[in-house]
Amino acid sequence: MLRFTLRRILQVIPTVVVVALLIFVIFSVVPGTFAASLFADGKHAADPQMMARLNEEFGLSKPLAERFWTYVTDLAQFDLGTSFRTRQPVIDLIGDRMGASLQLAIAAMLFALVIGVPLGFLAALRPGSVLDTATMIGAVSGLSMPQFWLGLLLMYLFALQLNWLPSFGYGDGSLQNLILPAITLGVTPLALLARTTRAGVLDVLNADFIRTAHSKGMSKMKVVRWHVARNALVLIVTTVGLQFGSLIGQAVVIEKLFAWPGIGSLLVDSVAIRDIPVVQGTILVIVLWFLIINTAVDLIYAAIDPRIKQE
Amino acid sequence: MTAPLLDIRDLILGVALGRSVRPLLKGISFQIMPGEAYGLVGESGSGKSLTSLAVMGLLKKPLAVSGGEILFKGKNLLALPQREMRNLRGNRIAMIFQEPMTALNPLSTIGRQIAEMFVLHQGKGWDEAGKLAVEALANVRVPNPDRRARNYPHQMSGGLRQRVMIAMALACNPDLLIADEPTTALDVTVQAEVLRLIKELCSERGTAVLFISHDLGVIASTCQRVGVMYAGCLVEENETQALFADPKHEYTRGLLGALPRLGSRSLHGRQRLVDIDSIIADRSKLTETRFIAPRGTEGRQP
Repeated sequence: MLRFTLRRILQVIPTVVVVALLIFVIFSVVPGTFAASLFADGKHAADPQMMARLNEEFGLSKPLAERFWTYVTDLAQFDLGTSFRTRQPVIDLIGDRMGASLQLAIAAMLFALVIGVPLGFLAALRPGSVLDTATMIGAVSGLSMPQFWLGLLLMYLFALQLNWLPSFGYGDGSLQNLILPAITLGVTPLALLARTTRAGVLDVLNADFIRTAHSKGMSKMKVVRWHVARNALVLIVTTVGLQFGSLIGQAVVIEKLFAWPGIGSLLVDSVAIRDIPVVQGTILVIVLWFLIINTAVDLIYAAIDPRIKQE
Repeated sequence: MTAPLLDIRDLILGVALGRSVRPLLKGISFQIMPGEAYGLVGESGSGKSLTSLAVMGLLKKPLAVSGGEILFKGKNLLALPQREMRNLRGNRIAMIFQEPMTALNPLSTIGRQIAEMFVLHQGKGWDEAGKLAVEALANVRVPNPDRRARNYPHQMSGGLRQRVMIAMALACNPDLLIADEPTTALDVTVQAEVLRLIKELCSERGTAVLFISHDLGVIASTCQRVGVMYAGCLVEENETQALFADPKHEYTRGLLGALPRLGSRSLHGRQRLVDIDSIIADRSKLTETRFIAPRGTEGRQP
C-alpha cells in the first residue's frame, strides 16, 4: 500500500510539468497584452511609447525563449511571478482567495453528497417507485438548469423575498453567506451523484454474488449493508472525485454572481486585463487541485477494492 | 417407508407477459429422499435452473410460481412467510451456483463470506464465525485454510473458488444441497475433484443433493436417480443405471445417443457424433402431447 501510494504521488509531478509548459505556450500566443488593455479606452489608439515602456518593465519585450526560461526557473522555486496589475506576488494573491474557494467547493460537495447519494441509493432499491421517478426527474432538471439562473432564483427567493440570507458577498466568512452559493454550485454534482449512485447500485444488485448473498438467507437490509454498499462505493467515489476536482473551476460563474472572493473570479478578472502571471498561476493551482483530488480518489479506490493494488 | 425430504408437486411456473402468463414449467413433480443424490438433466432452457430457483425462493420478477407445491420436510415452501424462508435458505437448503468467478463478492475476504453463514444462522459473533470459517475451508480440503481465509476471490483459481462455495453451502450442515451446474465452468481435471468432494462430503453428512447438469457423465457418476427435463416438463425419471440402460423417452434416447462412445468407429476411422436436431423448440408451438415431434420437422427451420 505504501509503495502504491508513493507511486501515485510521484506520478503527479510529470503531469504538473507538462501542464505548466502548456499554460505558458497558450498564453504566449493569445492576442492582446496587459499594456494594451490598460490604455485601451475604445476611442483612441494606445500610445506606442507608453506600451513599449510597460512591456519593457514586465519583461514582455524579451524573446520568447528567454521569458520561457525565466518562467520555468521561477516555477521550480515555487515562484509564480508578480501580478502586472497589483505588483504583488501571484502566490499571495492566490493564497488570499484559496480559503474562500475551498470553503465553497467543500460546502457544495457536502451538500451534493449528503443528499445525492442517499437519494440515488433509495431510488435504486425501489426502481419505478414514486421516489425513484421523482429523483430522476429532479436529477435531469438539476443537470439542465443553468447555474446562474438557479442562483438568481435562489437569491430572489431567500434574500429579497424571505430575507433569510444575504444575497451576495463573503461577509465575515460566516455560514450564512456560504449557503446560497454552495447550494447553487452543488446542484449539478448532486444531480450527477444521484444518477450515478442509482446506476451503480442497480448494477451491483444484478451481480451474481448478490444472488449468492440471498441464497445464504440474509435479509434485504443485510444484503445491502454487507454486499451492495461497498461495491457501489467504487462508482460513487469516481463521480465525487471528478466533480470535486472540477468544482473550483466551475465556480467561476457562481463566484461572479455572488461576488464570492474565490480563485474563479480572480481568474476571470485577470484574463480580461491580460494579467498573464496571475492567469498562469491560477490555472496551475486549479490543475494541481484536480490532480490532488484524483490521486486521493485512486488511493481511496485501492483501499476499497483489493484488486487494484495488484496491478 | 420414510417421508421424502423434498416433494415437488405439480409445480407450475411462468413468466408474466402483460396480463397473460407464459408457462415455463408445466407441472413438474418429483421427490428427493433424505440423503439421496438426485440428478436433473436436460438442455439449456429446459427449466432445470428454474426448478432450483423456485425451491430456493429466489425467483425474480417477472418469474412467478402459479401453481403446485414445494414440500420440504412436509412444509410448503411456497406458503412460508419471508422470515421463515430466510431461516431455511442457506441453513437447511443451500445452493452452489454455476459461475464461481462471479458468485463471490470481489471486495470481501473469503473468510468473511463464509463466516456470514455462522453469524446469520447460528448467532455466532464475528470472531468465532471467522474461526469456524477456517475450519469449513479445511473441510473442503483447501490447503493453508488460515491464509486462504484472508484472501479475496480474485486471488484464487476457479476450482478453489468453487470449493469456497461448497464450504459456504455446507457450513450449516444443510439437509439439501442444490448444485446448479457446479462444474460446468471448471476445466476437466478440476471438475473431477470438485465432483468427488461434493459426493464425499454429502454422503458423509447425509446431505441430500439435487444435482443439475447437462452433462450425463457427471450425473451418472454422482446420482442415484435421474429426472430428464425437456421444454418445462419432466419427461422421464428412473434409477440412474436403469435410465442409461433402457431410456424410455425419445428425447432421453436422443440425449444418450449424442454421447461419444469409446471403441465405436465409423468407416473413416472417426466416430460421428449424433446431434439432437434443431435449436430449442419454441414453447408456444409445442402441444402438450407432442413435445418432441416439432424437432426435425417444422422446428428445423432456423
